[in-house]
Amino acid sequence: MNSKIYFDGSIMTAELIGEIDHHSAKNARMEIDALIQQKKPAELRLDFSGISFMDSSGIGLIMGRYRMMLLYGGVLRVVNVPHDLERIMILSGLGALDIFERQGEVYECT
Amino acid sequence: MNVLNEMELSFESRSSNEGFARSSVAAFIAQLDPTIGELNDIRTAVSEAVTNCIVHAYRDTIGKIIVNVKITADNTVIIKVRDKGCGIEDIHKAMEPLFTTAPSEERAGLGFAVMQSFTDSLNVHSRVGKGTTVTLKKNLSRRFGNG
Repeated sequence: MNSKIYFDGSIMTAELIGEIDHHSAKNARMEIDALIQQKKPAELRLDFSGISFMDSSGIGLIMGRYRMMLLYGGVLRVVNVPHDLERIMILSGLGALDIFERQGEVYECT
Repeated sequence: MNVLNEMELSFESRSSNEGFARSSVAAFIAQLDPTIGELNDIRTAVSEAVTNCIVHAYRDTIGKIIVNVKITADNTVIIKVRDKGCGIEDIHKAMEPLFTTAPSEERAGLGFAVMQSFTDSLNVHSRVGKGTTVTLKKNLSRRFGNG
């Protein structure tokens, strides 16, 4: 997995590309966390549009960044989740956190 | 159980092999002409099972992981993921959603829940100090009268 990270004011966006598993999540996590600590963005947007596969490591990646943003007083948004990944997102119970957003609309995930 | 085809992989418990394992199983299953959804379910379940071996069974060591896949005449795929690692003390506890013994690795505690949800049957056999075998079964739809 690769990630393209860019800033727009206090909004940090990480575009994730490729497959998320336990192996690939580790690098993405370190890269994203280093930038959160350095820049302390008000909002972190994780863009999943380029993710072709994800196992529960992706859930761990989201949960960890959610806690991290909470710690720094910011918010996490998870955007552009492909249809194929909806089932694992729903199974994870992350829907209760109100972090999903798709094409500008709130993503129904309960 | 009439087995039509079978394959077996053996590889080291390095996290870089997670992608290799799920892609190889998917490539073998492709002969059944599964739907994209079925293939994705199998890749996800295999990824969880193999990751468990790497993160838990062989924590801080490198050991062998064996993945055996059988295709039966009734279009069922049987996948066994076997390790000779530490074993699981309490399988019921390990299978509880959100339970994890590796929070520092940022594990969500959803491995078994995902395997269960993405396949038709999940069986876990484990002996402490001997190893664990996870058996996953998935019935594939017959789309073009194959099999």
